[in-house]
Amino acid sequence: MSQWASISTIAKAVRGGSMTARENVERALRTIEEKSEYNAIIATIEDRALIRADQIDKIVKNGDDPGVLAGVPFIAKDNFLVFGAETTAASNILKGFHAPYQATAIDRLEAAGAVCVAKANLDAFAHGSSTENSDYFTTKNPVDPTRVPGGSSGGSAAAVILDMAPFALGTDTGGSIRLPASFCGAVGYKPTYGLVSRSGVIAMASSTDTIGPLTRTVDDAAIILDIIAGVDPLDSTTIERHEQGYNSVDLPLSGIKIGVISELFGEGLDSGVRAVIEQSIEKLRAHGADLVDVSIPSLPQALAVYYIVCPAEVSSNLSRYDGQRYAYSHPDAANLDESYSKTRSVGFGKEAKRRIMLGTYVLSSGYYDAYYKKAQTVRTKLINEFNETFEHVDFLLGPTAPTTAFKIGEHSSDPLQMYLTDIMTVSANLVGIPAISIPSGESDGLPVGLQLMAAQKADRELLGLSKSVEGII
Amino acid sequence: MTKLNRDDVLKLARLARIDLSDREIEEFLGEFNAILSYVDQLQSVDVTGLEPTSQITGLTNVMREDIEIDYGYTPADLLKNAPAVQENGQLKVKRMIG
Repeated sequence: MSQWASISTIAKAVRGGSMTARENVERALRTIEEKSEYNAIIATIEDRALIRADQIDKIVKNGDDPGVLAGVPFIAKDNFLVFGAETTAASNILKGFHAPYQATAIDRLEAAGAVCVAKANLDAFAHGSSTENSDYFTTKNPVDPTRVPGGSSGGSAAAVILDMAPFALGTDTGGSIRLPASFCGAVGYKPTYGLVSRSGVIAMASSTDTIGPLTRTVDDAAIILDIIAGVDPLDSTTIERHEQGYNSVDLPLSGIKIGVISELFGEGLDSGVRAVIEQSIEKLRAHGADLVDVSIPSLPQALAVYYIVCPAEVSSNLSRYDGQRYAYSHPDAANLDESYSKTRSVGFGKEAKRRIMLGTYVLSSGYYDAYYKKAQTVRTKLINEFNETFEHVDFLLGPTAPTTAFKIGEHSSDPLQMYLTDIMTVSANLVGIPAISIPSGESDGLPVGLQLMAAQKADRELLGLSKSVEGII
Repeated sequence: MTKLNRDDVLKLARLARIDLSDREIEEFLGEFNAILSYVDQLQSVDVTGLEPTSQITGLTNVMREDIEIDYGYTPADLLKNAPAVQENGQLKVKRMIG
């Protein structure tokens, strides 16, 4: 049982004066302190949060409008720049970096009255599927602390399930919102690429990076998306929001055609997860949904495409960390070149280096055509297959992950094994479509997430369907 | 099938401006070859008639009016974390040659 009411209930109470923003923020900070052993949080921003909370309470007292999310505390993954706060991306190379401006998503949430109370742990630079690649510490899964929370938004997912705040922000480049949601038992929403501005969010792979909420309910996720979605002049890859918004539609199941992706039910799928998902499929059928098997033949190659395209883009985006502009610089450099290479050697963790070098390889002269260009062309094939499939079904369904949460340390010495965790999530990123993970039951006491996907820009419909599905599975 | 050797790894490290220890080179060598082995499956995929994807929004040049906008902060604000010495609004870095 959560100590937090729904986001709309909290905001209503604060707007109505029966609850203060300050008491909500204090409760969040207290819970963060009480649950500190899970290592979900890198740092709290207590002073800043209390000042903001008091501002909200003052606005209410004056009879003015404090916003739709008045007094709702939230936690941001530490790759979101929050003005004045240390923003590290869980990397040593950004230790001591204080954000000189902030993410548009944070701006919009604050303008609506929400209050950021802390920065959540992540795999450094969002490179990872377990949060074990954080340069600081690993986050423990709230359901079983000997296991990982998933990644890279593991801190955000854990924070929500540990009841630290009603919602957290994450990023999803290859599955990093959906996977930890699945492992921890939260709702994790990845919007259509471009729907939420990436301005002020530390870049990983620019052609797939998305921003989204982690919450306990679909309704809460829809409310947050509604606030952060829409064109931003600071991010020229942003697209128009739906004029009717994202939190008002309910989509009943009858008459809805959902494609169950057969390639996601192959050999690699854990039998316990399979059983839970199949049970959920039967429940959906019993409630009137029309579920049919569909095939996306290029899907098995999506992971290979991702692990060429993503490192390539990472190698480009991380070239800015050169010891001249962002906080850390190696003290013993004889010349500029040494300053670059010594800073990057010490500042970057293993996975960051791995991805940078892999990316450098696939983009290098002589290999560019065979790797990067080929991968981007197979990506086109995948996009075409998804588009074709959406001509026959309204939505797609599958498990979010091949297993439930694995033990801490289980995959950390084998990068390829770790990459395989993303096998079910990366397609949505490569194709740019919205996807959600909804808690669907348990296997051996561990949460299992059900994944739903929709066509590009069908976020409104996906959230509407998800509300119906949530109540049934 | 692609297989990298120690020199290849050193070359990549140089391109990426990262110094690696001998142990790191050995570890990365093994890992890269395993990863490249996995992604090599794309070599056999038939992509006749298809163009590479460069972006998925379908947007073309997004323009704005050529007017000065006050974002509320100065270049000095944005560079206040910079470890490099700042003089006259420029970053002074170590010498490049020698």
